[in-house]
Amino acid sequence: MSDPAPTRMTYREACKQAIRDALNADPNCFVMGEDVGRYGGCYAVTKGLLEEFGLERIRDTPLAESVIAGAGIGAAIGGMRPIVEIMTCNFSLLALDQIVNNAASIPHMSGGQFAVPVVIRMATGGGRQLAAQHSHSLEGWYAHIPGIKVLAPGTVEDARHMLAAALADPNPVLIFEHVMLYNEEGDLDPAVDAVDISSAKVRRDGKDVTILTYGGSLPKALEAAEELARDGIAAEVVDLRVLRPLDDATIFASVMRTRRCVIVDEGWRSGSLSAEIAARLADELFFELDAPVRRVCTREVPVPYAAHLEAEALPQVADIVTAARRLAKPQ
Amino acid sequence: MPSLGADMERGTLVEWLVKPGSKVRSGDIIAVVETHKGAIDVEIFEDATVSEICAHEGETVPVGGLLARLEAEGGKAAPLLPATKPEPAPAAAKAAPEPTFTITRTGRTKVSPAARRLAAQIGIDPETLTGTGVDGSVSLADVELARASAAKPAPAAKAARKRGFDPVEMRRGIALAMARSKREIPHYYLSSTVDMGPTLDWLARFNEARPPTERMLAAVPLIKATALALRKHPQLNGFWQDDAFQPGAGVHIGWAISLRGGGLVSPAIHDADTLALPDLMDKLRDLVARARSGGLRSSELMDATVTITSLGERGADNVAAIIYPPQVAIVGFGRIRERPWIVDGKVAARPLVDVTLAADHRASDGHTGGLLLSTIEQLLQEPETL
Repeated sequence: MSDPAPTRMTYREACKQAIRDALNADPNCFVMGEDVGRYGGCYAVTKGLLEEFGLERIRDTPLAESVIAGAGIGAAIGGMRPIVEIMTCNFSLLALDQIVNNAASIPHMSGGQFAVPVVIRMATGGGRQLAAQHSHSLEGWYAHIPGIKVLAPGTVEDARHMLAAALADPNPVLIFEHVMLYNEEGDLDPAVDAVDISSAKVRRDGKDVTILTYGGSLPKALEAAEELARDGIAAEVVDLRVLRPLDDATIFASVMRTRRCVIVDEGWRSGSLSAEIAARLADELFFELDAPVRRVCTREVPVPYAAHLEAEALPQVADIVTAARRLAKPQ
Repeated sequence: MPSLGADMERGTLVEWLVKPGSKVRSGDIIAVVETHKGAIDVEIFEDATVSEICAHEGETVPVGGLLARLEAEGGKAAPLLPATKPEPAPAAAKAAPEPTFTITRTGRTKVSPAARRLAAQIGIDPETLTGTGVDGSVSLADVELARASAAKPAPAAKAARKRGFDPVEMRRGIALAMARSKREIPHYYLSSTVDMGPTLDWLARFNEARPPTERMLAAVPLIKATALALRKHPQLNGFWQDDAFQPGAGVHIGWAISLRGGGLVSPAIHDADTLALPDLMDKLRDLVARARSGGLRSSELMDATVTITSLGERGADNVAAIIYPPQVAIVGFGRIRERPWIVDGKVAARPLVDVTLAADHRASDGHTGGLLLSTIEQLLQEPETL
């Protein structure tokens, strides 16, 4: 059963190992979703788990997101630890009523009598030419909702360990896995066997400008920081990791050091998570800022299919570099 | 701080020529202010006593900012306010449907919040610093630099009173004013060709017996004819302000003078319609000399109700000019050149000039503009009446 843990693996493999660990750790834990069993998952995250754990624990469902989420919520209230997979967050809009009106609200409306310890995983983001109905980043919407936690693992380590923390949490937890990350490889520190789901993390130190980002934009931000370094600009990259509740302390501490901030958010700019963070910076850190807060977001169009248009619509490394350079070296 | 033109946002007080207790009379020059048009002599427009100097030498003050307080004769202290109200900043995206909004520029210097706080803590006025931050804002680094240089011994002496202008700043000023004009003013353009024969003949006779220093330039009858025509068609003489036309009090011709080293300035010839031609020539000579050496008076930069641009002998045949806001018209003269012309049914060589008018269609219509040009033409056929 136990694979020898390789130190280097893909994000996809890390997700799979996390699920396998959870299934082994708790007999009440099970996986349900569209094509998670025989097909092995739309993004092959659950490939092989049906053979390993059987039909009872790896359950293919009808194409009915409201039912999938609702059943997961009911199971969680009944004492199970369901891992629900929604194929992409674009389809999760069909489950929105269950997630917002039930999962997020029942613990509150029942006066704490019912916890809803469901975990809902979904793929998010664009970049694979899957067009508008499969490419949007809707995690910012969920980060609006009190009563749920929203996670955005941006590293292999977080993909490997966030699930356990999410299952241990009595609240409904949504995990957004960016589609461009599944093939990304990274090293796992064998000394780390758990991560928190409460804090943001500084992924790269810098003193000149803070780049705040998460999920699929994290590798872009790190690449941008590398390029900025060649230009003599030390960019600090902060990985939000947890989109709700936001870790203000880490965000503010970084921006207080650099006094300049670029927020990279693959969501649309209007009413976005980046807007919320920019507002918090204006509220709390106004007198610390030495430059306006800038944002790099997806163009406000349905994400296009054509490769060159899609690339143009989504935040790219060059956009981040330009925004950060204009703040750090305006002259 | 008076607004010395639509393109001015702030000025640096270079020198006070009065002190508390000084009695001033309307028209006196009381201070020298450095702008992108060079050092300008600031005049006072009332009889009073200076009671308090509020802006110190070297200080940069936004347009509309307080320079000094006056005690009116027999009255109480009044702030020395600009003689004309400060030019309202261009309305942001009023007419232009732009995808993103433009922030209206105010006279306030951009200072980052962090820089402003540090400056307050160490007692530096951040608005006097040169900004190197985003959008030219004063950043923390600029305040730190000022703190570091303040710690060093002060530079030897106050910079000598400058009488030049900064070509870079002037270019920026022109850019602001002209871009605003093209953005906001719906220009219409008219043009006429005028036979300058009678005027040039008259000029030749006038100049015949005079030494070169006293000779009159052809520009003078052109200015006078334009001024008289504007008196007859006042809809083209004044300002577009607060969404309405406001006629000018008098015909004050802004005369566009190009400066060596680039840039231009168009100081006013006050009441040009009332000046005899020799007086007008004297004014013009004096104005050009002072524009090029520095030393224009504030009223000359504030009062022009219309602009004339003349391309001169080495220029082009005609000019489609850009209105200097908030004025509503600009009259352009091309070079005077012999060209074929029909006289009494026959083709003859005549000295011709193209007169063009660019006018603000919000304030006037083409019919009015056409009448102005035809009046100018008639006047130039009878130069002895000018």
